[in-house]
Parts: sequence; structure tokens; C-alpha cells
Amino acid sequence: MAEKVSKKDNVDHGKRDFLSGTTKVFGAAGAACACYPFIKSMSPSAKVEAQKYTEVDLSEIAEGDTKKVIWRGKAVFVKHRTQSEIDLAKAGDKTVSIDPQTDADRVQRPQWLVTIAHCTHLGCVPIDGSLENWACPCHGSQFDVSGRVVKGPAPKNLEIPPYTFIDDTTIKIG
Amino acid sequence: MAKKQVNPNPSSKLEWFEDRLPIISFMKAELVDYPAPKNLNYAWNFGSLAGVALILQILTGFFLTMHYKADASLAFDSIQHIMRDVNWGWLIRNLHMVGASFFFIVVYMHIGRGLYYGSYKSPREILWGMGVVIFFLMMATAFLGYVLPWGQMSFWGAQVITNLISVIPFVGEDIVIWIWGGYGVNDATLTRFYSLHFLLPFVILGVVFLHMWALHNRKVKSNNPTGIDLKKDTDFVPFHPYYTVKDSFGLAVYMLPFLFMVFYMPDYLGHTDNYIPADPMTTPAHIVPEWYFLPFYAILRAINFNILFLDSKLLGVIAMVASIAILFFLPKLDKSKVRSARFRPIYKVMFWVFIANFFFLGWLGAKPAEAPYTQLSQIATALYFSFFFALPWVAKIEKTKPLPTSI
Ligand code: HEM
Ligand code: FES
Repeated sequence: MAEKVSKKDNVDHGKRDFLSGTTKVFGAAGAACACYPFIKSMSPSAKVEAQKYTEVDLSEIAEGDTKKVIWRGKAVFVKHRTQSEIDLAKAGDKTVSIDPQTDADRVQRPQWLVTIAHCTHLGCVPIDGSLENWACPCHGSQFDVSGRVVKGPAPKNLEIPPYTFIDDTTIKIG
Repeated sequence: MAKKQVNPNPSSKLEWFEDRLPIISFMKAELVDYPAPKNLNYAWNFGSLAGVALILQILTGFFLTMHYKADASLAFDSIQHIMRDVNWGWLIRNLHMVGASFFFIVVYMHIGRGLYYGSYKSPREILWGMGVVIFFLMMATAFLGYVLPWGQMSFWGAQVITNLISVIPFVGEDIVIWIWGGYGVNDATLTRFYSLHFLLPFVILGVVFLHMWALHNRKVKSNNPTGIDLKKDTDFVPFHPYYTVKDSFGLAVYMLPFLFMVFYMPDYLGHTDNYIPADPMTTPAHIVPEWYFLPFYAILRAINFNILFLDSKLLGVIAMVASIAILFFLPKLDKSKVRSARFRPIYKVMFWVFIANFFFLGWLGAKPAEAPYTQLSQIATALYFSFFFALPWVAKIEKTKPLPTSI
């Protein structure tokens, strides 16, 4: 080692650079690890994660009506579609162009449309009753009776949450 | 010559103290003796007014915290409690609410002054950059504060603004869930927004300190309406009493409309929907941000088309952030050696068109997102950015007027 010691200032620069380099790397890695618990503390807690399911009693929803329920902090539309609405949704299969998807891919049973009620643009809840069935009050997106986007700025169809039919009159979302 | 050691036999208690902590001489140098150009006009009042507005927000905010409850089930009612039950609570809240709006008014004027007189140019690039940082932090603070009353506008404003982050490719959705602390805006979101709303004004205070440091640096100092470098000692007057008096007068004038609003029309600049408790199931029919965000909101909504693989949602957010961040690059973009618009005939016109267009954008931001407003927003957005992109070119062709040699 002795030959590496600089004549000028009597310091082994190779060794010194190595030591300060490793100190910086390990110091930075340690600091990053120390940040982790604090960052993670802001994520949804175990209690929130535990509220994974919402059950909906379908017998309360008359034909043509939509019920709004909360699932994991998000609003969800459960719509009991009439025969004419089902036909309209089927007809829409050919015309939707922003995010093409067939109605059959979006429902388990044609009478029941279950979708997340937040506009895929910036999350407002569309208002029902318009021509296109749902119109978003925030920036004007429109969705059809299958929850498919027919007018932007929303880039995607309303999301379908995972759900299962427990029996003919109950679904479990989540 | 600065002494290297404390004087062992101080001639006064003051000297003893000053040797250990020279705060009094520091304050005297910066607040009393600071050499200010003798020709500053009223446009130079807005800096000190912004400082007063910040202090007022911190004071009134601090007293609000003693009664406010950052819990989704209590927040809305705690505001009503402040307004009805707390002694003078209505005054404190109105001061804070109207104070936020007036803070933005003076800061917009302050930025406008900088634009007109070329205060962003060398040697004030860092001073200007710190200002832009303060502006970003102020917008964040005001947004977070507006969520606290937990009315319908609070809730849906929070929903829309936090969703902007979801446009970040790949990780955006996860970041939003992290910010929410849940799968939607919820109690956890309100509580953390409250801590941030408490914290950020003090961060602003820190950046304001850096801003002042960059200004009072004796190699920099204040710009002036002529924009020329001042070399003679006789071009300056001591800050006190000349500008302490002028700033106090400005403050008195500012207080008139401010207090008028506080006492007679505190809700004029707000939205009535915010007096309806937050309902996560129903979005109000017209959601509009606070007035001070409207120009940028119009830019966000103007982008309703995709470019290549980038969708409109992402592009809108990029345009909105860029519309403010571009201010950082102003010293680089404007290559003209002349600072003040007084001597720049083309720039002067551009400046006023820019200001008019900014008001126009603000007006459009409050309109529904439909024809013809969307198309007009697109034109106004293009005009907004062309101001900046024209600058390098204008610097080349503009025939500036002769500069005075002194003031
Ligand atoms: C940069 C400075 C600040 C700005 C721009 C600002 C802005 C705002 C705004 C716009 C609101 C909503 C007003 C409403 O609709 O009721 C608000 C509320 C609130 N702020 Fe601030 N604020 C600032 C500083 C502070 C500070 C320093 C504190 C605490 C020390 C604070 C505490 C509060 C509290 C408790 C509320 C809820 C009560 C209410 O809504 O009236 N603020 N703030
Ligand atoms: S949130 Fe629905 S259109 Fe923007």
C-alpha cells in the first residue's frame, strides 16, 4: 500500500476515496430504508384493506332504477336495466369507438349492470337521466347504458368491479 | 473589519449581546439601512403586502386550528361551530378565507410587476426562481386548505385534483391510492391534508426568507422602473423611513377593500355548494375551482385531443404544470439586454396582450366545457405559450428605446 501514498500530502487517496465512497452509498441506502416506514404509513391501513366486500340486496332495486353503494370508499352503480335498455346497450356494441367493448363482456346478467361510479377522467360521479344515460358534471364526458364512454375527455369505459352473484337477489362486490 | 473575537470588555450590554448574536445589527442593516432605489413606484408595494398577507394567514390559521376538527365526521360541523359559537370565530374564519384570495391578488400583481419591469433577468434569476417556488407552494396550500371545511366543493375539488396525479404512467394509480390513504378521498385524506396545510405555510416562510436573502444580497438589490443598473450611492435611499412609510400607506389602502370583503361579502369569492356537507356519492352539477386557479384550469381543459400515444388527460396535466413551470425558464428565454418594458415597444404590447389573455383564460375556466368555450380555451392556451416562445426571437428584432444613464 505504501507506494500508493501520495508524496505531496502523505495521504493514501485511493483508500480515502474508497472509504468516503462506501460511506456515502451505505449512508444513502440506510436513509432510504429509514424513510420506508414513514412513506408506508400513508398507504391504506390494514383496517381499510379489511373492508373489501360490499353486499347489495338486488330485490330493493326496481326495474329501470339505479342504486349507488359504497365499496372500499368508491361509489358503485348497480343498475337494474329494462329490456329496452338492454337492447340499446347491445346496439351500442357497434358504435362505441373510444374504448370498444361489447355489452356482453361488461355484465354477468344482462339485467344487472354493476360499474364503478367514478368517471375515468378525473373521478367525478356522473349524473343519470341524460340522453346517453350518464353525463359527468365535471368536464362533460358521457357514458351509455353499458357504462361505456361515448364522449370524452374520459379515456376509458366506467370500470367494472369484481363481483359475484351469491343468489338471485344478492351480489357481493369485491 | 469584522472582529475575530468577542470584546472581553464590552462597553455596553448591547455590544455584549451583539458579539454573541448579531441579530440587531442584522435587522438594522436589512430593514432600516437597506439601500433601495429612490425611484420605486407603487408596483413595488406588492412584495411587502404579500409578506403581510402570509403572516395574516399564519396567525388566523393558527387560531382556527384551536377549534377546527380534521375528522370527516366532524369537520363540516366544526366550521359551523367556528362561525356560530366561537367568540369572534366568524371574524377569524372570514379573515382567513378572504385573506387567501387577497394573498393571491397581491402575488399576481407582484409577479406582473416582475414581468413588466424585467425583474427576472440577471442578476435576479434565483430571486425569481424562489418566487415561482413560493407560487407553487401557495397553490398547494390553498388547495389543501379548501378541502378542510369538507363541503361538496372541498370533496370534489380534492377528488379531481388528486386524480390528476393518476396520469403519471405506470405508477400514477398507486401514488393516488397512497395519497388518499384509501381507495377514494376519505377521512385519512382529510387528516393528512390538514397536517400539510399546517406545515406548508412555514415552508413558504422559509422560501420567502431565501427570496429576501437573494434580494438583499448587496450584489443584487431591487430592480427599479427604468430597469437600468444603479451605480451611484445617490440613486438609493435608506429603506427606513422612505419605504417603511410608503409600504405602510400601501397597506392601509389594501386593508380597505380587504376588510370590506371580510365584513360585508365574505362568501362572494367562494361557492355556495361548499355549505353542503361532502357526499362521496353525488358530484354537484357545477364544480368550479377557486377563482385564483381558473386560468390554469382552463389550460387543463383546453387539451381535449390526443397526440400520438399520449392521451388528452395526460397532455392536459402536462400543459397545466408547464404553464407555471415555464416561468422558471423566463430568464433563459428572454435574451433582451433591456429589462424594463418602458424601453421595449414590442415587449410592452406582448405584456398587455398576455395579461388580457390571462384574464380571458380565467373567465373561460369558469365556463362549462363545451363549444365555443373549449375552442376559445385552445386559442387562449396557444396564445399563453406563444408569449414565452416568441421572446428569444423578439429580443433579436426589437429596436429598444435609448436607456437613460441614471435615474
Ligand atoms: C399560505 C398561507 C395559507 C393559505 C393560502 C391558506 C388558505 C386556506 C383556505 C383557502 C382555506 C379554506 C377556507 C374556507 O373555505 O373556509 C383554509 C382553511 C383553513 N386553514 Fe389555511 N391557509 C394558509 C395558512 C394556514 C396556516 C398557517 C394554518 C394553521 C396554522 C391554517 C389553518 C387552516 C384551518 C384550520 C382551516 C379550516 C378552517 C376553515 O376552512 O375556515 N392555514 N386555508
Ligand atoms: S371527471 Fe368526468 S369529465 Fe372530468
